[in-house]
Amino acid sequence: MRSDEATIAGWGRVSAPGRELRSDDLVRLSDGATLSRGLGRSYGDSSLPPPSAREVAGTVLADRVLAFDPATGGLRAEAGLSLDALTRMLLPRGWFVPVTPGTAFVTLGGMVAADVHGKNHHVDGCFGAHVEALRLRVADGRIVDCGPDRETELFRATIGGMGLTGHILDVALRMTRVPSPWILGESVRAAGIDALLAELERSSAAWPFTVAWVDGVARGAGLGRGIVHRGRWADPSEAPAGGPAPPGGVRVPFDLPAGTLNRATVGLFNTALYRAHSRSAHRRVQSPFRFFYPLDRLGDWYRLYGRRGLTQHQCVLPQERGPAAVHDLLALLARRRACACLCVIKNCGDEGLGTLSFPRRGTSVAIDLPIDDRTQGLVDALNERVIELGGRIYLAKDAFTRAEHFRAMEPRLERWTAVRRRWDPELRLRSAQSVRILGDPA
Amino acid sequence: MNVVLLGATRGMGRALARRLVERGDALCLLGRDPAELERSARDLQVRGALPAPPPAFLCDLARPETFGPALDAAAQSLGRLDTVVVTAAAFAAQTVLEGDPDRARELATVDFASTVGFCEHARHRLLAAGGGTLCVFSSVAGDRARSPVVLYGAAKAGLSAYLEGLDHRYHRHGLRTVCVKPGFVRTGMTAGLDPPPFAGDPERVARRVVRAIDCGRPVVYAPPVWRWIMLVVRHLPRAVMRRAEF
Repeated sequence: MRSDEATIAGWGRVSAPGRELRSDDLVRLSDGATLSRGLGRSYGDSSLPPPSAREVAGTVLADRVLAFDPATGGLRAEAGLSLDALTRMLLPRGWFVPVTPGTAFVTLGGMVAADVHGKNHHVDGCFGAHVEALRLRVADGRIVDCGPDRETELFRATIGGMGLTGHILDVALRMTRVPSPWILGESVRAAGIDALLAELERSSAAWPFTVAWVDGVARGAGLGRGIVHRGRWADPSEAPAGGPAPPGGVRVPFDLPAGTLNRATVGLFNTALYRAHSRSAHRRVQSPFRFFYPLDRLGDWYRLYGRRGLTQHQCVLPQERGPAAVHDLLALLARRRACACLCVIKNCGDEGLGTLSFPRRGTSVAIDLPIDDRTQGLVDALNERVIELGGRIYLAKDAFTRAEHFRAMEPRLERWTAVRRRWDPELRLRSAQSVRILGDPA
Repeated sequence: MNVVLLGATRGMGRALARRLVERGDALCLLGRDPAELERSARDLQVRGALPAPPPAFLCDLARPETFGPALDAAAQSLGRLDTVVVTAAAFAAQTVLEGDPDRARELATVDFASTVGFCEHARHRLLAAGGGTLCVFSSVAGDRARSPVVLYGAAKAGLSAYLEGLDHRYHRHGLRTVCVKPGFVRTGMTAGLDPPPFAGDPERVARRVVRAIDCGRPVVYAPPVWRWIMLVVRHLPRAVMRRAEF
């Protein structure tokens, strides 16, 4: 492929003309760059260049650890270091990241930019809460250190700022000591959305990691049926001898035909998955790779969705709207006969320090949808409902939200924009997403 | 094993140093940029769970006067030298070099004459200590002249021939040479080029090179499929090579 014809894509296959320039020297690479990109695991257009730029700075070769203090867990590393590499390095020594998303194939820089959350959000908050310092290349070319104690506004705007406030060069964070490299996990079946949300709430009072898988195509009495997963790090007495084997896995070798995943096939799969689970709680000691990253074992799984790919709609609905709000959203999906191939529900804790970070106290609902001609209409309908309910969406997953919808759900945008403009008055740092959603110049 | 690496701050050298330190080898880094050396030394300290970063000394392929002192400092800090690895090299696309004779001469000098100069210093020290391994990264580009890599390929061809000669001459004296011939590997050097089929990644190359060092294999292709690709390419008729764009 010639470079002027090259395209670059997010995980869900939404693509833009452009290419990724990689270098192990981030200081040089970021100079004058429009956008940085890590492992490209954001589903939509967050890591794609704006139409006029055609190039993003790929950080994955900048993967050196610069310091680790085994007394405190303090770690400093270049932004391109992957969570997978970090886990393989430090889990055998008894350390894990304080917050992990659902895939290990992300970079530290990407984790900061999206301010990722995980199964422990209700107790530990977002990744940004554990970041102690960042080194940024800001738009005018200067290199600026920021953190909870200095250049606070820039720091808070960068946590969850989707890489639009500066190129993240180095990240310092505090790792968490774990009693063993194994997870003690339990799963419980719930027959409908109310039972599921109640079980999730109950589990969260006692367990640091909780999440629920939901059958996104079940209707009627089974609406919102699913399985609640909960876990904690196993005590040494519960853990097997030795550490968990780092996972192998298989790749999806080619694109499945579009439509392979439809309401019928997904329904069959979901029913089987649901019925296969015993009525009583199931308990086991398992590998954290399996517990946190179940989909990582299936490489290139976006190919299951065919050539047009997938998008995810992830929103958080405020706590005060109660279970009815979640019910409402699932009913909307059922009514529109949407093919919600994967649906994941998680209760979130309080809003963190990121000025524009996604989570807030309430319930997060993530729905994977194959992209087809109806996707835009469906996302619009979902967003209108999210706005009515006072919720908001997660930019790291988004490819279809309209600018006016985003503005309507983000009263915080003005404050974030003010900080961004102070550091980048000419809006040199942009992405395809910021052009679409924030109205940046193309 | 005590290993000195020239050029381990990035790319395949970085991956190789990590693999060696993770299995407990004692390292010493040589390079031309003190800040980069320090960052890499700290990375290796954490990965190897070492009490202190491995020692690092300045050594620049463009400045031959640094070769001897750097190797002496390395030998002194490690106690003795078992293996010397050279991954450092210059690279530029043929299209860039064509318009710039000075840059062309520089590349030919660094990748051949200076690298050989460094290897001679290393060889003397290894042989004086009773033997050891000299592992140098050449390239598949040295196996057959090709139009996109005229200069780079010529320098690497010379380097490969030199390493083979060393092997013939000094094997019986205890010198093991390992000539690594990487095909296309996704590193900072090749960023910006479109990867062909069979492109490799630095971690796998490192795994293969460590095995080659351990068993003293004189020539190693990485990824291994390039051995067969180059077998074919070496035998293509000139008429085909004139038209080929690879």
